[in-house]
Amino acid sequence: MNYFNISYFPDYVYIPLYYLIGFIVVAVLMLFVVLFLVLLERKLLGFFTVRVGPNRVGFHGALQTVADAIKLLFKEDIIPLKADKLLFTLSPILVFAPIMTVWAYIPFNGFFAVQNSVVGSLIFLSLLSFPILGILFAGISSANKYSLLGSLRACAQTLCYELPIFISLLSVVILSGSLDLNDIVSAQSINNNCFGWFIIPSLLGFITFYISSVAMMNRVPFDFPEAESEFVGGYHTEYSGMKFAMFFLAEYASMFILCAFMATIFLGGFLSPFGKYISDFLPLSDLIKTPLIFIEQFFWLILKTMVLVVAVIWTRATLPRLRIDRSLEFFWKLILPLSILNIFIVCLIKLFMGAR
Amino acid sequence: MQVIAGAINTVYNWARSNSLWPLTFATSCCGIEMMSVSSANYDIARFGSEVFRGSPRQADLLIVAGTITQKMAPALLKLYEQMAEPKYVIAMGACACSGGMFRENSYSVVRGVDKIIPVDVYLPMCPPTPESLLEAIINLQKKIRTQDIFDRDDEIKAHKSRLKFDIDQKDLLICIDDDKYFEIEVG
Ligand code: SF4
Repeated sequence: MNYFNISYFPDYVYIPLYYLIGFIVVAVLMLFVVLFLVLLERKLLGFFTVRVGPNRVGFHGALQTVADAIKLLFKEDIIPLKADKLLFTLSPILVFAPIMTVWAYIPFNGFFAVQNSVVGSLIFLSLLSFPILGILFAGISSANKYSLLGSLRACAQTLCYELPIFISLLSVVILSGSLDLNDIVSAQSINNNCFGWFIIPSLLGFITFYISSVAMMNRVPFDFPEAESEFVGGYHTEYSGMKFAMFFLAEYASMFILCAFMATIFLGGFLSPFGKYISDFLPLSDLIKTPLIFIEQFFWLILKTMVLVVAVIWTRATLPRLRIDRSLEFFWKLILPLSILNIFIVCLIKLFMGAR
Repeated sequence: MQVIAGAINTVYNWARSNSLWPLTFATSCCGIEMMSVSSANYDIARFGSEVFRGSPRQADLLIVAGTITQKMAPALLKLYEQMAEPKYVIAMGACACSGGMFRENSYSVVRGVDKIIPVDVYLPMCPPTPESLLEAIINLQKKIRTQDIFDRDDEIKAHKSRLKFDIDQKDLLICIDDDKYFEIEVG
């Protein structure tokens, strides 16, 4: 935020303006990312099952998701007769708003995150546990037994993935000594190459974090809340048109942003894997080089995120859905102890390797 | 005014014709052919229709794949009523079009789903090959592209006048064949 403080505006103009611009950047970025991710997923699922995927609309199906979005906009909006109208309308917003808010906390490059905070990583994960409220309300308010069962399952599952995800974050916090996402990234640049990234001392933590965050995104193999073969559509059974689109949007936005978070805390965020940035080698003056480096940092973060996103889609294409009790057992009896074990390993590393 | 309406129509028709999400609904043998359409050899995903929705609220296209018995008829009507506008129907297979091989001497089969719900595209054959289902979807897309966003109400009215029962009643009686009546509640 300091970077922009050189402006001549007084504070009462400047601060709202800053957040307005931040909001617009995040909203536009998010819309494009989601449209792209849905298309990517459908294309990749086609690839994994030896099909071609959408290829009729636009160049090789590039506009498929745009068509879907416009259609959902125009679709009739049904509110069931017995539904609680206020909660029914509110719950998509409750799911969507926190996920949109957390986009502000990711440091996309060395100087720009919409909101810096000393407890950034904690706020990030805490805000991401809010959507469960929206899911619960959606289930209760839509007067449908499938919705209710789906949202209750979502709650049962929330308890079991929230713990491992926070404990895995703890390992990173121990290594870096800070909850600030900028500090976590700069703590990984010590070795000046990819061996400084926290995925190496805390590999187990990365694995538990990855598995729990797949559950957090409500994706296969942990998509019980919307299991189609069991409960029609889960908590969003009764939703149509734009309200359903908001659930859809939230799912993909959370997928991208959780992957970006994972890349930030375990894979060095916006750091280049070779320590030096490509732009450093160009014979240019600092005045041009600095913005170039910022663009390059953005590029590295997006690249790492996309690798993780493809991994998540790959997981979806490979694994079948677990049974609910098996999955709860899996989280409580395997992932949680593993993530606690990881804390010990990380502590030992920190103790004997000293200040990394 | 007309220019704006034309522009809206173009965009809207382009969008909804290219994203027909079918409902997961199959009642008998034709369903198997419908499933194979989403497999690697035929790949319905090319037309953007591989998103089979479980919930009728989110689906646009009802592919009636298979025989509709008189027990099933109320459920079919209910599903159709639960779908959100705009919605389309493909009657897949001879059974759904006209009763097929059950037309003559059956005591339990509805002779064509158009006695209950409006049908956009008829696809005869027993069973239709996956390619012909794809062709039906292409034909439906062509039909949608010629439609007008403001004409939908008239279409619904025309369909209602064709039916032999009043669809707007709370507890309604469906007359499927001349001598058989079924009761159904649409809520
Ligand atoms: S048309 Fe033929 S294949 Fe299709 S449901 Fe009827 S009997 Fe079965």
